Amino acid sequence: MTCLPALPAGCSGASWRPRLAVPARKEEIFASGREACGAALALALACDRLLNPSDEASAPQRDERSWLWVQDRAAMRLGGRPYVPGLPVRLRHRLIHVAAEKPQDALFALEEGLRCLGLAFVIGEIAGNPRALNFTASRRLAVAAERHGVPLFLVRIDAERDPGAARMRWAVQSAASPPPRWNLQAPGVPSWRAELFRARVHRPGEWILRDDGGSLIASVRPAAAPDHDVVAGQSGDRSLAGQAGAK
Amino acid sequence: MTLWLANLAIDRWRGRLAPNERHGADATPLALIGETAHGPRIEAVNAAGLGAGAEAGMMLADARALCPQIATAPADPAGDLAFLETFALWAQRWGPWSALDPPDGVLVDVTGVAHLFGGEATLLAEARRLLAGRGLAVRAAIAPTAGAAWALAHFGTCSGREQAILPADEDAAMRLADLPVAALRLDGDVLLVLRRLGLRRIGDLTRIGRDALQRRFRSRHSPAANPLVRLDQLLGRVPEPLLPVMAVEAPLVLRRLLEPLRHRGLLDRVVTELASDMARELEGRGQGARRLELGLWRVDGDVLLRRLELAAATRDPAHMTRLLAEKLGDVEAGFGIELVRLRASWTQPLPLTQSGFEATGEDHGTSLAACMDRLIVRLGEQAVRRPLPHASHLPERAQRWHPPFEAACAVQDELAFHARPLKLLDRAEPITVLYATPDGLPRRFRWRGQLHEVVRAEGPERIAPEWWRERSTARLRDYYRVEDEAGRRYWLYRLGLAGDGRGGMPQWFLHGLCA
Repeated sequence: MTCLPALPAGCSGASWRPRLAVPARKEEIFASGREACGAALALALACDRLLNPSDEASAPQRDERSWLWVQDRAAMRLGGRPYVPGLPVRLRHRLIHVAAEKPQDALFALEEGLRCLGLAFVIGEIAGNPRALNFTASRRLAVAAERHGVPLFLVRIDAERDPGAARMRWAVQSAASPPPRWNLQAPGVPSWRAELFRARVHRPGEWILRDDGGSLIASVRPAAAPDHDVVAGQSGDRSLAGQAGAK
Repeated sequence: MTLWLANLAIDRWRGRLAPNERHGADATPLALIGETAHGPRIEAVNAAGLGAGAEAGMMLADARALCPQIATAPADPAGDLAFLETFALWAQRWGPWSALDPPDGVLVDVTGVAHLFGGEATLLAEARRLLAGRGLAVRAAIAPTAGAAWALAHFGTCSGREQAILPADEDAAMRLADLPVAALRLDGDVLLVLRRLGLRRIGDLTRIGRDALQRRFRSRHSPAANPLVRLDQLLGRVPEPLLPVMAVEAPLVLRRLLEPLRHRGLLDRVVTELASDMARELEGRGQGARRLELGLWRVDGDVLLRRLELAAATRDPAHMTRLLAEKLGDVEAGFGIELVRLRASWTQPLPLTQSGFEATGEDHGTSLAACMDRLIVRLGEQAVRRPLPHASHLPERAQRWHPPFEAACAVQDELAFHARPLKLLDRAEPITVLYATPDGLPRRFRWRGQLHEVVRAEGPERIAPEWWRERSTARLRDYYRVEDEAGRRYWLYRLGLAGDGRGGMPQWFLHGLCA
């Protein structure tokens, strides 16, 4: 286990690492319905972004905005609802939860949330591959997230990796936790094996991620990912919102 | 100041007549009658009727026997009350607030006001003059307390001399001692009891002492049934809250349509215009709407009402239009809608803000309140909620769902060393577990058809049932935090102990998914 070397922030084609300065955008996380690691990684990424703002000067001293967690009915049946005592301490009192009956309603709630200035970030959980969540819907969400600057973490539970407009797409599953300090028989700090399999500016890769009191810690997996450095660097990053606005 | 409209019903009846008939109206006996189960009963009579022997409360048949030529007209108690309400507002010309004293009186607070009219006597004279001009018989009185003013207005002239004003520095008990006990505003049965006891005047009550009255009426708590409370109110020893009459005007805009509407597109346009009218109306008052009522009057005499509540006061016409449009999906136009009315039945002060600086929400985002409104209107109130901690040991009761803007009340937090799962299943799912009996750690479990090999486990954390709200047979729970061979973390519990005498072997449940 070695920590990644520091890279210049936002450099094109660079490998992803925690606390990277990124603009708000849509990220998709594919996870199994038998575990809560999808939502957990989404929360960890959001915390990582919120508590370590990229721009120290413009960031408010204490962000007290609410955040939205949207679940459709199938996702709630598979994985249950958020539980306040188990949420991160700095986020638990600001949660607004939307229990949507159908995936269409969940998509509506997600888009409304993304357009709202009073929300810090939005987490969506949608089970399977509903027909409503096609490429158009996915792109609508991505455009809204970039235009209004509200990050969206869309957790796809038990879903196929269909084409989508997310800037970063993760596949996550739980990983064995490091042994805690005192009780070696107990489960330790939650760890996830996260694979970044599609990203515009970053090299795809696989990490063991761990949430350590509000900031992510990444360790490299021994098996290195294939090198897509050149392709990613050429395509570069462009703003979806800017493009949509120019139309 | 109390204004008692002694002949309100008759005065209103006379006021409705043509001017040339008014003079002759009192010459013949007349009774206003109300229908009862035993036939028509007289509610009010005029002076000529009184002279002929008719009285209020008499059956009409009895009055006819005394005075065959008595004329009748229907009484209108609801109209009298409505008149009294507007009259109470009108009477605020003499004081900052007024209260109703049904069925025929009004109380006006004239504290510190009389000097504007040249003293209390002049004020009373002006009130009498104005009311005489309106054709209303009035008895008015001014006193330091509402009870004393009422007593003076109703019974002030009984003792022969005029005593309509009770100055604050005079002894009220002495001045009012000669008035009959009915001046205390008591119920009929209490008056009967007092009369049988031989207590006729207010002075008699003060003479027999408080203890006797207290003992006799100790089970009566309503002021109208307890002479002691009324006496204290009369003398100002206990407070007497009055309900003031306030004129409230709800902002209202409407459109009468030349041609009845039958299509949704036109209706949407009318609603948009109404919303901008309403926004202008609200802006003029410096208020924002919290509740909106949209009324649609149909040609065939049907009325459709749509009601809307907003999370925060607003007067944004686009926002109102969008929310109202959601409510118009199921409108049956029938033969057409001829009148559309929008009313803000609940408003709150909303200061004027600079607009235009921040363009529409489409470009620059919406506020949190607007976002919540849209979500609630589309998804329902039950779908958009905020979980807040609740004081309970049981995990599923430790959080409750509240409306999105409700603040958390202070409860004790979970202890820091209690690890809780990230997500809790709506209902704990039964699982089969291999474990070392009677209370060892779980080794292996099957959940939703798949086997999990437990690699690491922590527990038990014992949570006892809440005996103050559950039955005595409720079993305790032993919670375990486990991690399986793939690193997946769960929160399991065993319900009960083997041999606790509350059921058979313990059952196992999976309750939550850890991060």
